[in-house]
Amino acid sequence: MTADIDKTAGPKDTPAGPQAIKAIPVRHYGRYLTAVIAIAILVAIIYAFGQGKINWHAVPDYFFDSRIMTGVGKTLLLTVLSMVIGIAGGIVLAVMRLSKNPVTSAIAWFYIWFFRGTPVLVQLFLWFNLGLVFEYINLMPFYKDYWSNFMTPLLTALLGLGLNEAAYMAEICRAGLLAVDEGQTEAAHALGMSHGKTLRRIIIPQAMRVIVPPTGNEVINMLKTTSLVAQVQFAELFRYAQDIGQVSGAPVEMYFLAAAWYLVMTSVLSVGQYYIERYYARGSSRQLPPTPWQKVRAHLTSFSSRKVTV
Amino acid sequence: MTDKLTKQEAPERGTGVAMVKAEGVHKSFGQVEVLKGIDLEVRPGEVFCLIGPSGSGKSTFLRCINHLEKINAGRLYVDGELVGYREHGGKLYELRDREVAMKRRNIGMVFQRFNLFPHMTALENVIEAPVQVKGTNRGEARERAVQLLERVGLADRAGHYPSQLSGGQQQRVAIARALAMDPKLMLFDEPTSALDPELVGDVLDVMRDLAESGMTMVVVTHEMGFAREVGDNLVFMDDGVVVESGHPREVLTNPRHERTQSFLSKVL
Repeated sequence: MTADIDKTAGPKDTPAGPQAIKAIPVRHYGRYLTAVIAIAILVAIIYAFGQGKINWHAVPDYFFDSRIMTGVGKTLLLTVLSMVIGIAGGIVLAVMRLSKNPVTSAIAWFYIWFFRGTPVLVQLFLWFNLGLVFEYINLMPFYKDYWSNFMTPLLTALLGLGLNEAAYMAEICRAGLLAVDEGQTEAAHALGMSHGKTLRRIIIPQAMRVIVPPTGNEVINMLKTTSLVAQVQFAELFRYAQDIGQVSGAPVEMYFLAAAWYLVMTSVLSVGQYYIERYYARGSSRQLPPTPWQKVRAHLTSFSSRKVTV
Repeated sequence: MTDKLTKQEAPERGTGVAMVKAEGVHKSFGQVEVLKGIDLEVRPGEVFCLIGPSGSGKSTFLRCINHLEKINAGRLYVDGELVGYREHGGKLYELRDREVAMKRRNIGMVFQRFNLFPHMTALENVIEAPVQVKGTNRGEARERAVQLLERVGLADRAGHYPSQLSGGQQQRVAIARALAMDPKLMLFDEPTSALDPELVGDVLDVMRDLAESGMTMVVVTHEMGFAREVGDNLVFMDDGVVVESGHPREVLTNPRHERTQSFLSKVL
């Protein structure tokens, strides 16, 4: 939509047409003041860190170190796998909770109650230390092995993060499913669609619009939470950064480095989320929101025509 | 199934086994009794209009016909078969969801608020059920969908999403969507009540055309003009009971019952 600033319609005696209003705009002194204060604080912080004994060169030196790169890869892998478990589990749990079957509904309620009610770090330690009480794993006909062979650090991390995430995703998915108008279910049923088909073809695609934004939040949260699994012997970005920090004698610098990498990754994820949201908005709004690139182009062209694009 | 209707062999109206038959149908929501014993019969090929004040139970009755609502007492038959139950050895057995879905295939329904699937284009809305429910192949369903959209006058809007269509256009797509399943009975739940007055005509034209093709239609409506012109039978409901029924022209011009008279004096 383009909004021209032209609100001078109405009866006029002058045949020359509407005359634009010339008024002295309100002065916003507060804005200058806050800007000055903010800049002063920023300078103070930069000065403080400049005084500290920080070997800034260590950050770029190690930024693309092979161990750091391995850590970044492991962190991403863990994030993706945990979220896959979380989302799949979350959808199943949400459908179970909304099911008319009281047994499945109760199971889902209990699962969510337990996994949402205990800290994820405690859950991680639990999975990690189960080896102290179990010597073997014995799934009767299928699989039998020593517990220590079975419960690798990766599996520990995945179970700890994924199962916990499923509980949160279940609530997000449930909210999404409930947000879809009941008339949709009725229309699908009236056409002879089964419950399953209605859910898959009609309800879930519409629920996605509600589910995606908080899920993006969850992915970013997950990416950061993976740093906890350093505690259960799974080496990822944070763990490698710590290790390098201890060996090279630059621990603080390596924390800066890790923080920078996490920021890079979360920023990339935010962009991805924007495009996924745009995809699921189709049909719900008459016009899809512009991509960032389209926005930039619109702004560039707007300089010439002096129109405000909203 | 006794007699199947096609466009070509539209039978004389008012012959054959009843398409819908209600015997003492009761329905309550909690403590509130909405239907208090409905008896009526819709014959194949007939346009059957239900009128009455809001809250009279006419929409609820319509929704009972395709088992979107469960009845509490009485019997309801569609095309000679019990709705929602199987009778065997003097006992009633509830039908499984799958069996209910199977029966709904033969009954098209059009809602007051259209209920088009907003994430699909008009064409996709029409294709969805034949492909997903009947297993029709996509190409065939597409061809048929284009024909149906043409029939409701919206061939040029096939690629539009519901949010890009006017209310009247959405309702016509909804009619095409229901027709895509080749139903033998069409239910209309106040199909024009959510429309701007100037858009009502287009939808009624489509319904009139459908009636002329011999489709059995049960129509809950406030459009007395449509009922008078197209209807073969009309029932006035109030407070969960059938107050008066007969030929629409007869009932609308010469209402015998006092309640019918007072209702019609307000809406006509």
